[in-house]
Amino acid sequence: MIYEEVIVGSEHPFGTHRFTAEEVRRFALAYDPQPFHLDEEAAKASPFGAICASGWHTASVMMGLLVRYMARTGEHARTEGRRAAHLGPSPGFDDLKWLRAVYPGDTVTFTGRIVAKRESASRPGWGLVTMETTGVNQKGERVFVVTGHIFVARANPAS
Amino acid sequence: MPKRHFEDFVVGQILPLPERQVSRAEIIAFAAEFDPQPFHLDERAAATDLAGGLFASGWHVCSLLMRMLCDGFLVESACMGSPGIETMKWRRPVRPGDRLSGTSTVIELRPSTTRPEMGIVRFHHEVLNQAGVTVAWMENPIFFRRGAAS
Repeated sequence: MIYEEVIVGSEHPFGTHRFTAEEVRRFALAYDPQPFHLDEEAAKASPFGAICASGWHTASVMMGLLVRYMARTGEHARTEGRRAAHLGPSPGFDDLKWLRAVYPGDTVTFTGRIVAKRESASRPGWGLVTMETTGVNQKGERVFVVTGHIFVARANPAS
Repeated sequence: MPKRHFEDFVVGQILPLPERQVSRAEIIAFAAEFDPQPFHLDERAAATDLAGGLFASGWHVCSLLMRMLCDGFLVESACMGSPGIETMKWRRPVRPGDRLSGTSTVIELRPSTTRPEMGIVRFHHEVLNQAGVTVAWMENPIFFRRGAAS
C-alpha cells in the first residue's frame, strides 16, 4: 500500500490482543501507577469496579498490532512484485476515546478504516492519511476509538 | 496531605510536571513491544528517514507524559479517570538521552451534569525537552471527585 493505493473507506483488520493481568500490571507500574490500575481494593471503590488496563496500554497495543499488520501486508505486496508502504512519522491524533474499561482477560480486536487522504504540502513526496481505528472487546462492545494521522510515501512525487 | 479534588483546581492554574530522562534502552524496549518501526529500533535504519535518527514512539511519549502526570499530581488526587484525548500533537522527535519536563494548565472546569459526585477538568499539557523546545502537547478532560465541602 503506497499512498496512491490507499483507498478511502477501506478497512484493515489489525488483529486481536488478549490483555493478561501480568501485562496490565507491568504497564501500569511503568507508566500509569494510579491505584485503580494496581490495587484491587482501590479499584473496587473506583468507577471501574475492578483493576483495569491503563488507557495508554490499550492505545499502545493497538499501535503494535497496526505496525505488525502493515509489515505483513507489505511483505505480501513485495512477494507479488508490488511496492510496500513506506510509513513516515505521525503528526498526532484527535478524538481518542476510552469508551469502556479494558479488564485483565479481555480480548480486544482493532480495525482501522481510512477516512481521508491528501498530498502533503510541506513534505513533497509524502501524503497524509487519516484513519479511524476502533477496538471492540469479546462481548462486541466498542472500548476504544481514535482518529490518527500518518505520513505515507508517494510513488511518483514529481508527477 | 489532603487529596486534590475538583474544587481545588482553578482555570489558568499551571501545574509543573517532574523531569523524566529517556534512555536509548527504554525507547527500544517500548518500540519492540508496541511500535516496532525501524526508526524507533535501529539507528542506521532511522538515519535515512524523515526524522533523521532514532526517536521514541509517539505512544511512548504519551505514556511518559502519563507517568509525569501521575507523579506530578494525579496519584495524589481524587482522579476518577479520563474519557479520552481531544488532541495530541507530536511536534519534535524525542531522542535517546533527552530530559523531558512539562506543565499541565487548567483550561476549563465543569461540574458533571450526569454524575453529581464528580467534576471535569480540561487540561492543556505541554512536554518540553532539555533545550526548552516543545516536543508534544495534548488537550484532554480528566474526571475528579468533588470535595466534601461542595
